[in-house]
Amino acid sequence: MSTEDPKFGSLETVLRKHRSASRKVLVPYITGGLTGWIDAIRGAAANGADAVEIGIPFSDPVMDGPVIQQASERALRSGATPTSIFHELRNVDVGIPLIVMCYYNTVFRAGHERFANALREAGVVAAIIPDLPLEESGPWCAAADHNLIETIMLAAPTAPDERLSRVTARARGFVYAVGLLGVTGERTELAATAISMATRLKRITEVPVLVGVGVSNADQAQQAVAVADGVIQGASVVRRLMDLGPDAVGEYVAEVRAAIDNPPRA
Amino acid sequence: MSMTPIPRELITPGPDGRFGEFGGRFVPETLVPACEELERSFDSAWNDPLFRTELADLLRDYAGRPSILTECRNLGARLGIRLILKREDLNHTGSHKINSVLGQALLAKRMGKKRIIAETGAGQHGVATATAAALLGLECKVYMGAVDIERQSLNVFRMKLLGAQVESANSGSRTLKDAVNEAMRDWVASVETSYYCIGSVMGPHPYPFMVRQFQSVIGQEARQQFRALCNGSDPDVVVACVGGGSNAMGIFSGFIDCQTRLVGVEPAGGAAIGRGIPGVVHGMKSYLLQDEHGQVQEAQSISAGLDYPGVGPEHSYLASIGRAEYPSVTDDEVIAGFQLLARTEGIIPALESAHAIAWITCEAPKIQGQTVLMNLSGRGDKDVAQMMSILGESLER
Repeated sequence: MSTEDPKFGSLETVLRKHRSASRKVLVPYITGGLTGWIDAIRGAAANGADAVEIGIPFSDPVMDGPVIQQASERALRSGATPTSIFHELRNVDVGIPLIVMCYYNTVFRAGHERFANALREAGVVAAIIPDLPLEESGPWCAAADHNLIETIMLAAPTAPDERLSRVTARARGFVYAVGLLGVTGERTELAATAISMATRLKRITEVPVLVGVGVSNADQAQQAVAVADGVIQGASVVRRLMDLGPDAVGEYVAEVRAAIDNPPRA
Repeated sequence: MSMTPIPRELITPGPDGRFGEFGGRFVPETLVPACEELERSFDSAWNDPLFRTELADLLRDYAGRPSILTECRNLGARLGIRLILKREDLNHTGSHKINSVLGQALLAKRMGKKRIIAETGAGQHGVATATAAALLGLECKVYMGAVDIERQSLNVFRMKLLGAQVESANSGSRTLKDAVNEAMRDWVASVETSYYCIGSVMGPHPYPFMVRQFQSVIGQEARQQFRALCNGSDPDVVVACVGGGSNAMGIFSGFIDCQTRLVGVEPAGGAAIGRGIPGVVHGMKSYLLQDEHGQVQEAQSISAGLDYPGVGPEHSYLASIGRAEYPSVTDDEVIAGFQLLARTEGIIPALESAHAIAWITCEAPKIQGQTVLMNLSGRGDKDVAQMMSILGESLER
């Protein structure tokens, strides 16, 4: 299978190219609308991020732990809306794919077609909707496919193999391997499930496999990419943006980049 | 123009968990297998005579079922109607919540779960869950909004007495909606060992269906009891308060197939059906108070148990087909209803149930001479401290 295959969207094409070149993928997550968020995207891109995941703040983020909850509340209080975030994104051209993460009511309220179209017009190429499982995803996926938005499916440690196959069959862009049983947030150790999930998924799919949720620092990212094609880092990035500002995001991305570019110690 | 007849039967949702367009299973991927397992386990238990007998025995010997009907002769005469109460307030733990909790706790044990988690608003569901956990030897953690912990401190202490751990939900509006968020976050992390005991006909499939089935005992008893009391007739109107809507679905389920008018009373500040539009939160598609961007709005109600921006999906369905109606009443009307039942009948209702009394009082001029069956979902002991501070000196006159 060629990585230039036109059947892949632009995100998946980029990620497959990286895999062919043995480059591990790094995707930082940044809450849209936080003070300094656009500069943080630029800093991440300039320091080795391969794509950026932008969180649309939501009133009831059930998959998120305290850090991203707090970021969402702050962004909402400062007046961020999907519309304002898409508007600001239109002026961002950082040369790497932009992904949006949002809860399903944000999509449902706007309307599937209208939302997918808004993403495309904002230059976003892919979407992650953490409370829209496979069985409920039909209407959204149809609108997303129509607008060339790649829908990234989540795969969780609780799924039996039979379910993982169905999930990966519908995954576009990459498969988001949920690294642990729990919500987003930093942990002291990488959970064993992060490695086992990546292993299970790599066995059954050609779609790039990225591990997220609980990948909390450069060391853990390095451990995860021993098996996975890449990592997503959320809370550790957002915490730095809130506490230290956008420059700290760039520095952190550079640190993680260096770690995953070096082969894991034997 | 011909009218489409309104369906008069209860829906048993298929694998997609839908009541019409409402319901479904909008949960993080981690929870999908758990919901599927629960669906299978409930189906197997509900069709197992041993399970049903065990539950029926507990409801009779522990919860005190059947609950009685009480005719309100004083208030009925004053309002010009025949008013009959279904006395769920007399159940053990003081509300209808115990009906579903005993069923769910038995189910949790059958599924091999050692730990049970729950959200609570007024604390009635939390107390019922803590009670069932104590009885059946399960570890129990209850999430409750910080605002509700403040206004329902009596129930917080009751839960602690029963051996449950009460965890404060400090995000968002710090009420029931946020307690649900925290409970779901716990469940995502503990799904292999924990059972999430949802307190109403809400959440992802199969919860709205399952909790309705457990609460349908209210409607089944009430139908028979009412016929025995009223020469074989059915009531003209059945009324219940609606937050998530479990006590209402419980009593409605007994009268769905007859001509009885079904009325679910929402709080004016949390009228999901009255003022909301369809949305998706807490695993279900249903009417929801939300802004133009889909952010869930905070409900505002004197009653912690109804202070919720959503509603169970089956109520959204019944509203959409016109089988049930969902008016709302204000906090002031509720305060008046609370005192009215206490003074005319010697029954102090829960603030939640007082919504139904408030609606009946307002509606009385239009339903003169009719028979009205009201579900008195809970007793008001828990609300006395809050009412003391609201009424202040006026009580002493």
